[in-house]
Amino acid sequence: MLMINILGVLLIVGIVWWFWLYKPAEVEVNSDLSELLVTVENGVYNPARLSIPSGQAVSVKFLRKEASPCAGTVVFADLSISEELPLNKEKIIELPALKPGSYSFTCQMQMYKGELIVSDKP
Amino acid sequence: MDHTSQELLIEGAGCASCVGKIEKALKNVPGVDDAVMNFPLRMVTVTGAVEEAVLIKAVENAGYNATSSKGSTDDELLDEKEAADLAYYKRLIRGMTVALMLGVPLMAYSLIVGEMTVTTTTERISWLVVGLLTAGVMYFSGKHFYIGAWKSFWNHSANMDTLIALGTGAAWIYSMVVVFFPSIMPDMARHVYFEATAMIIGLINLGLALELKARGRTSLAIKRLIGLQAKTARVIRDGKEIDIPIERVLLNDHVRIRPGEKIPVDGTVVEGHTSVDESMLTGEPMPVEKKESDEMVAGTLNKTGSVVFKATRVGKDTALAQIINMVKRAQNSKPPIGRLADVISGYFVPVIMIISIVSALVWLNFGPDPAVAFALVCATTVLIIACPCALGLATPMSVMVGVGKAAEAGVLIRNGEALQTASKITAMILDKTGTITLGAPKVTSIHLVNATDEDQVLQLAASLEAGSEHPLAVSIVESAQEKELKLSKVEKFYAVAGHGVEGLVEGQSLLFGNEKFMRDKNIVIDDAINVAQQMAADAHTPMYFAVDGQLAAIIAVSDPIKEDSIEAIKRLQKNGIRVVMLTGDNRATAKAVADKVGIKEFFAEVLPEEKSNKVAELQQQGEIVGMTGDGINDAPALALANVGFAIGTGTDVAIESADITLMRGSLHGLADAIAVSKATLRNIKQNLFGAFIYNVAGVPFAAGVLYPFFGLLLSPVIAGAAMAFSSVTVVSNANRLRLFKAQEH
Repeated sequence: MLMINILGVLLIVGIVWWFWLYKPAEVEVNSDLSELLVTVENGVYNPARLSIPSGQAVSVKFLRKEASPCAGTVVFADLSISEELPLNKEKIIELPALKPGSYSFTCQMQMYKGELIVSDKP
Repeated sequence: MDHTSQELLIEGAGCASCVGKIEKALKNVPGVDDAVMNFPLRMVTVTGAVEEAVLIKAVENAGYNATSSKGSTDDELLDEKEAADLAYYKRLIRGMTVALMLGVPLMAYSLIVGEMTVTTTTERISWLVVGLLTAGVMYFSGKHFYIGAWKSFWNHSANMDTLIALGTGAAWIYSMVVVFFPSIMPDMARHVYFEATAMIIGLINLGLALELKARGRTSLAIKRLIGLQAKTARVIRDGKEIDIPIERVLLNDHVRIRPGEKIPVDGTVVEGHTSVDESMLTGEPMPVEKKESDEMVAGTLNKTGSVVFKATRVGKDTALAQIINMVKRAQNSKPPIGRLADVISGYFVPVIMIISIVSALVWLNFGPDPAVAFALVCATTVLIIACPCALGLATPMSVMVGVGKAAEAGVLIRNGEALQTASKITAMILDKTGTITLGAPKVTSIHLVNATDEDQVLQLAASLEAGSEHPLAVSIVESAQEKELKLSKVEKFYAVAGHGVEGLVEGQSLLFGNEKFMRDKNIVIDDAINVAQQMAADAHTPMYFAVDGQLAAIIAVSDPIKEDSIEAIKRLQKNGIRVVMLTGDNRATAKAVADKVGIKEFFAEVLPEEKSNKVAELQQQGEIVGMTGDGINDAPALALANVGFAIGTGTDVAIESADITLMRGSLHGLADAIAVSKATLRNIKQNLFGAFIYNVAGVPFAAGVLYPFFGLLLSPVIAGAAMAFSSVTVVSNANRLRLFKAQEH
């Protein structure tokens, strides 16, 4: 019984760490800004973390491959951008020049999560 | 690449000789089999196996611009979305059918026969078969939940899929353990839960399908707007009339419109006259007369005549396209009230997982026998009943319907924040000119003093004022033109700013201006001053007119109050809103207008740059201030107000400056906007409250907190049904807003 309790507590700790405390390692930097493509499929954005340079307007293509209406809208709440994504068709979202920092993008209900990392470094 | 036929739109091809050049440039591209240009359509059809970008480059190198003709229109996007939704709906229904075909008989068996326990070898074998069938159902009907859960897990996020996958997965794995190793479980806990897995998957598929249907209805308003767009236009090119898709209409094209046709793009009439029904955009029921140099608006309906107009705005620039775009954006934006729900949604799923583990541990440690079965049932039920969707859908669905509903009434709401603030407005400032009144002053009466002929007075006054741009001067000139009076030439014209003008017409020395101007020029006006004062008290502006040193007449000019301003202001006041009028006019005229429309408070003689101070003044008194103006010189006041309302002039929408744009001139739009905002906010609150209560009450119940007191425990199947229908309820409640009707039109 003790073992089960310990296991349960460990599971809880694991959940807290995995979903909230875990910070992903360095993100891959896309050198070719014209090729930024995020695929929306199976409840996730892929890649979920995008690195872009600051002070430069960038356009990101979104390709929704999932029919669920949950995947149908992408929201950049900090930037007041909210766009509908057509199914199986690239949608270009124009991002304005941004200050360095982290900007999240999500579905309407915050279940699909992605992050835009804007930095001074190229 | 396959051999295909592609179409490019060419710009900059002004003459027929360009055709050869462009065709040649394209044919020289390796891989191109043929290139044929249709000159009137400015379109070239290329066959061959070449990327579009290469073709565009070739055309550009030849000195022209080419664009892809593939861009989807709103209409096509909508059709695609509907087709995709329908396909997804069918998939969900298939999934539901298969899952329930297994789940329902199993459930019936458990209810009729009783316990689904595993004791004998025969039972083990038969339950193994059922278990495998359930696995089949999980694969066929629930694959998307498991894949979604798996993918998002590795993405360090969790969503509804995670909960469903964990809940149904746990029930199935437990049952399979019972089938394979019954001995490791206590006798009483040798129970299988395959029916729960199958039923939950079936019910959730059903819930998603119903939700999808209900969601479809939330976008009816935008669908209606998109439906206003014409598909083709009849343009005149090289003297010929041809029908082309509207996306190919170019700027300055001449477009022919026949009776009963929709206006395809925005433009200016160059030939003919007609009447146009603009009600679909402005809510204004009366058809509008159009003659040469009048504006035509895409999406409106031509009634009687046939006209030719020049396209001034095409494609994404037309007022209709901008309205559609704005409504779409607003529908997807969130009012601040939804932010708390967003924060909660972000933590929701992992918290539910933790609650599920805690409840399992509590049952294992303190629960009655069979503790392990209780622990499993409660942990599973917690996972299944929790519904982040209801919480997440609560706000966006209501905003979607509310903003769409407002657009149907001719009210464009910029975003969710404007919607929320508009519902709380306590004071409304109305600019007088152009908002309460028509904004076009007219000569209302001429009081003759020493003159004998009204027309002669008007003719002389208009001749004197012909060169002036003052709105009052314009009204006098217009009045003379209406009477078809012939104006004479003015000499020695001189204007004294803010007072009046003088000059020589037909050899007579004329003076035209206010009381002070007359006194300065030593004109005797004492006998007529009572008449002038009475005119001011009746909301008219009196102006003195003197000929050769003698007062000839007093001309009264007034800006008529819009027909329904009084009613609309009454509606606002009835809703407890403090209505304040703002004007640059003198106090007497301001008071007269305010009295007429039933406004008690007004600010008179306010300079344009002082308007925003008045907004600030009310805000300091603790009011939430709405400011209504025509959106041009009121921009700073509109921006400072908690909600800025721009009164559109027809459909020329001042989208940029205001939080809310009223497409028709009537002030009823204000009351409509506030009413629809209030209704939407009420709807959001109901939804959020429902979703919170559902989760806050449902989760502990599922965890079994009522069991020690009342012996009550929730079945995972019931939890699945509750969860599936909670989000349907939220979307359906949002759809109730579609029934909203503004009180008055």
